[in-house]
Amino acid sequence: MGKKFIDVGQELPPKIRARHAIHEVRPVTIKENFASGNRSCIGCAEVLAVRLTCKALGDNVIIAMATGCMEIVSSQLPYTSWEVPWIHTLFENTAAVASGIEAGLKAMMRKGRIPVQETKVVAMAGDGGTADIGLQALSGALERGHNFLYICFDNEAYMNTGIQRSSATPYGASTTTSPAGKVSIGQITWKKDMPAIVAAHNIPYIATACPSYPFDLMDKVSKAAAVKGPAYVHILSVCPVGWRSPSELSVRIGRLAVETGIFPLYEIENGKYKMSLDLPKLKPVYDYMRLQGRFRHLSEDTIKQIQQRVAEEYQKLVAKAEG
Amino acid sequence: MAKRVGIEVSVAIGEVVTMTNTDVIAAYPITPQTHIVEHPAKLAADGELDAEYIPVESEHSAMSACLGAAAAGARTFTATAGQGLELMHEVLYIASSMQLPVVMAVANRALSAPLSVWGDHSDAMAVRDTGWIQIFTENGQEVVDNILCAFRIAEDRGVLLPVMVNLDGFHLSHVIEPILLPEQSEVDAFLPPNDYPLPLDPAKPVTMGDFGPPFIYTEVKWAQEVNLRKSMETILKCWGEFDRIFKRCYHPVECYRSEDAEVLLLTMGSFSETAMTAIDRMRGEGKNIGLIRLRLWRPFPFDEIRNAVKDAEVLIVLDRALSFGGPGGPVSSEIRSALYNEDRRPKIVSFVGGLGGRDITVSGFQEMINRGIEISKTGSKHEFEIFGVRE
Repeated sequence: MGKKFIDVGQELPPKIRARHAIHEVRPVTIKENFASGNRSCIGCAEVLAVRLTCKALGDNVIIAMATGCMEIVSSQLPYTSWEVPWIHTLFENTAAVASGIEAGLKAMMRKGRIPVQETKVVAMAGDGGTADIGLQALSGALERGHNFLYICFDNEAYMNTGIQRSSATPYGASTTTSPAGKVSIGQITWKKDMPAIVAAHNIPYIATACPSYPFDLMDKVSKAAAVKGPAYVHILSVCPVGWRSPSELSVRIGRLAVETGIFPLYEIENGKYKMSLDLPKLKPVYDYMRLQGRFRHLSEDTIKQIQQRVAEEYQKLVAKAEG
Repeated sequence: MAKRVGIEVSVAIGEVVTMTNTDVIAAYPITPQTHIVEHPAKLAADGELDAEYIPVESEHSAMSACLGAAAAGARTFTATAGQGLELMHEVLYIASSMQLPVVMAVANRALSAPLSVWGDHSDAMAVRDTGWIQIFTENGQEVVDNILCAFRIAEDRGVLLPVMVNLDGFHLSHVIEPILLPEQSEVDAFLPPNDYPLPLDPAKPVTMGDFGPPFIYTEVKWAQEVNLRKSMETILKCWGEFDRIFKRCYHPVECYRSEDAEVLLLTMGSFSETAMTAIDRMRGEGKNIGLIRLRLWRPFPFDEIRNAVKDAEVLIVLDRALSFGGPGGPVSSEIRSALYNEDRRPKIVSFVGGLGGRDITVSGFQEMINRGIEISKTGSKHEFEIFGVRE
């Protein structure tokens, strides 16, 4: 007789239960398709996101990965961290490589050259490889409607080359190419809204996720992988080196990004927005920013400005979900 | 028995690609390559070509999609020209370095600026060092035959390298020629199915495209160099087998009336046929002149070239591309370096001509040869001369 677990929340009203569903713990496969022993930094949340993603994807996948942190930490000759077929070619072309793999499999299955099966082609890239240099290839592949999943692991700058700003770097962050100085607050542009750009392609499924919410992340990746056609998941990945944050706080900082409304978790399924988390009251952005050296130089006024913008953007998103 | 048909060369490429049962075609339109990719699109739309046709958003993505398809084990074809080939530049290195057997037709086109859609070899010469097997053709039949050979060479287990078949933009791509198209049965007998040794397959996971630290990069590159040189054996074997089935024979270096020639002209691509007529005329005037046509550009046929020119007094080399500020065109440069240490070697005179679609006529070639002979005696104040340029 197995031990019987008590559902401690059964007396709670359904609305409250729903609010906390995202935290519910469930059994997950112990199989690791992204092996341990890779070269990632201490406290890297991106490598955690890749690990969880691989658990959700299972064995029947082919991964095409862009140049970047995750490629470098996982593939130094003669080693590999990948237990599934994996290919890296260049920085900006991952979505195009994925389209070629998908088309190749499709043609060969149709002609009976390989067994017919539901192999998922997955493209993975960082924020630079997605929002900057790889945007054209991504847009092309989405527009053509390939049956593939694209995952952006967003650590908000070019961390692999030494913390240079990308179009996904948040307003006010100090990086090596948007340094804070006597006359500059650091990054002077607002973070590019990648999910909105992807949504403009009218693809069936888009989601945002964060490894600080592991079950939510795995659910979304599974759901995205099951879609017939293009799907996109944007994963915020805390980078202690680039964000100048304590490595033991990566999971907490990811939580705060969500709880402050800076990185809201949501899905867009066939054009319909759905918030993944019910947050009646957002935490102040300062709670998130104070833990990171990249925002250390910001004045109260700038933080206030950021607070206002975050609240507005969050409200717009909630309105879309309620609309 | 193959039938002779009057057909545009670009369309004929589509016909032969269809007979190879290609799995994936990824292409982006650029003049003068367009007809090469339009025809397979129509054939696929009519159900006559069972391939996935990916209308990509750039040449960079065209070649990138080809990488993915080839890595998955699919037979893969694309075509481009000029600026398109330049946009593919970094991707070309990946195809060769990762041993992905993509086949590509290049309708050779000049490079901007000023914009020119017309033909020369600037595009091909700029990708000389990308590690592809590179073949130049001089008429429609050669294009069709070598596209077919390209698949067999590229996919050979002992090679696994991408192959580029160069045809002059407009001069070849847009002309209608009488071409012997092969029968399907002949193609099937000549070209075995693509059997890529380690494709991306969830049943047997492989990691492709790792990064190479200094301790291993040099060895990887040396292996690539050895492999490209060694591909010569397979290329020769393939052309030999092609001759057996189709009764048309190809060689890395072709000679025309060169055996006893004191003066040789060396050309590449479609200009060679005009040059042959010029040679005939000059022979008629009693002049001892011959022609060397370089068909295989990579791997470079050192022995064949050395052998073909060793008895001549003068070798006039025509390039259809400039190497700005350098010793002459890339072909002339390479021929010089291949011959420099030889005991018996001709004097070399370099010309650049036929840039951006400018024609060189039969009498033009005669003039060039006469000027070349003159330079060989008196020298020139230039490292090379541009034929017919207005100063």
